[in-house]
Amino acid sequence: MIIAERKPLEEIAAMAAPYKRVCVLGCNTCVAVCMAGGQKEAEETATLLRIHRKKENVDGEVEVFSIERQCEFEMIDEVLEKLKSYDVIVSLACGVGVQTIVEHVPSLRVLPGLNTTSMGYPTEQGVWKERCLGCGDCVLDLTMGICPITRCAKSILNGPCGGSAEGKCELGKDVDCAWHLIHERLSAFGRLSDLEEIQPPKDWSKSHHGGGARTSVREDVRIDRG
Amino acid sequence: MIAGSKLEKTINSGQFVVTGELGPPKGADLTQLKHHAEGMRNHVEAYNITDNQTAIVRTSSIACGATLVQMGLEPIIQIVVRDRNRICIQSDVLGAHALGVKNILCLAGDHQKFGNEPGSKGVFDIDSMQLLKGLKDLRDEKKFMGGEELNGELSYFLGAVENPFADPFEYRVDRLEKKIKAGASFIQTQCIFDLDRFERWMEMVCERGLHKKVAILGGVTPIKSLGAARYMKNNVSGITIPDELIERMTGAEKKKEEGLKIAIETIQRLKEIEGVAGVHIMAIAWEEVIPEIVERAGLYPRPKV
Ligand code: SF4
Repeated sequence: MIIAERKPLEEIAAMAAPYKRVCVLGCNTCVAVCMAGGQKEAEETATLLRIHRKKENVDGEVEVFSIERQCEFEMIDEVLEKLKSYDVIVSLACGVGVQTIVEHVPSLRVLPGLNTTSMGYPTEQGVWKERCLGCGDCVLDLTMGICPITRCAKSILNGPCGGSAEGKCELGKDVDCAWHLIHERLSAFGRLSDLEEIQPPKDWSKSHHGGGARTSVREDVRIDRG
Repeated sequence: MIAGSKLEKTINSGQFVVTGELGPPKGADLTQLKHHAEGMRNHVEAYNITDNQTAIVRTSSIACGATLVQMGLEPIIQIVVRDRNRICIQSDVLGAHALGVKNILCLAGDHQKFGNEPGSKGVFDIDSMQLLKGLKDLRDEKKFMGGEELNGELSYFLGAVENPFADPFEYRVDRLEKKIKAGASFIQTQCIFDLDRFERWMEMVCERGLHKKVAILGGVTPIKSLGAARYMKNNVSGITIPDELIERMTGAEKKKEEGLKIAIETIQRLKEIEGVAGVHIMAIAWEEVIPEIVERAGLYPRPKV
């Protein structure tokens, strides 16, 4: 899922200050699971924003509601009229949600209430870890299901490097060395000799780094509008 | 003979090799660098020129290397994959070659998080293994990493680093073998303080006959002070400093002299270890001491090749 964190309240308040009718719009899928932008967090944010605006003598009202997914045109359509009644929408969706609304309804003004950080999952209550960079060319078969592109600080394909110590990355003792984990798993499955092969340079053109914003097309599921 | 560098010739002659390290300045005045280089002219075969070491912005290693070439000295240009993609690295290698650089050392580089531009974007387009293999193929197959043909010839001597003190320990010999396969003709190791561990590593290296395929230069760093020793022990990843060494430094009256003695003893022990082809002396911010170490370790005068 997509992981995000709410922006500091002061930042949100400053962005929203010029607007009278403000809507804090929650998103009830990924960011609800990571407790950053679901209905509950949207309500909290709206309440805090109201208090903040009152203290700063900012006129106007702050309302709140949420939809299932801000990243789908159809779901935005369901609340379109309501959305149009506000001067600004503080979206508590990930960056995708913000942009979906703007692309679908260019007349709306939408502000980001969250900082989108990564794709990953919770490893324990309150801890979310990044696990995929969306590089467009998955190598998890080679690396026993542990992604070095995401989890190795240098995204190396021929690890572990010389900075790996006691299972930790040179970045710090709180960061697992991804290649140490890969080495352990390869060893457990009797596949250590896999590491002998020199993995060639990665084709980054499939990733954002080399290709810019990517478009995925599935001709078989497209609807022929002609 | 691949590049005909003094480093390569000395290695091939079978004599014990000495290389030293020079860190470019955080400014464009190379007076000090030249002074240090001059000071060890007769004490080392070649000089490693670090590439924005510890992710601190410094004069480029190629510019400093070219300066040494002008002085009639031999640089080993370090190239890290942190700051440049494959386009830039290959271009820089061509440039370095054109300027007379004959030795290249391939490495990953310390993460930018620890440097003076922590907000920078790490490149890591390729890793150090791919860099080594790519530069070997560029030289031997005359092919760029992308597959296009190189115009003309290139001849440089390629090296890599290995850290016998990193984990998993058993993997460190596999990794050395992989680096040899990728194209390393010489290896410089991380600074050696834990000689017992280094010996165990070298035993495994020799068991596999790898010391015959690559020249292994043991990394030696003289410790300048107790604080420096403690700092390295606690903060520098990939370096192990045994407690006895800290105790020895603590007990010593003249810390600098003790640090020098330890370095000299280390070199003397390295000379006795099977498969060690030489030493690489990294006297960080203490370059002027290298000639003294070389002399006191009985490595002076240097062989003529
Ligand atoms: S220590 Fe491990 S995770 Fe960190 S950069 Fe090296 S290989 Fe990657």
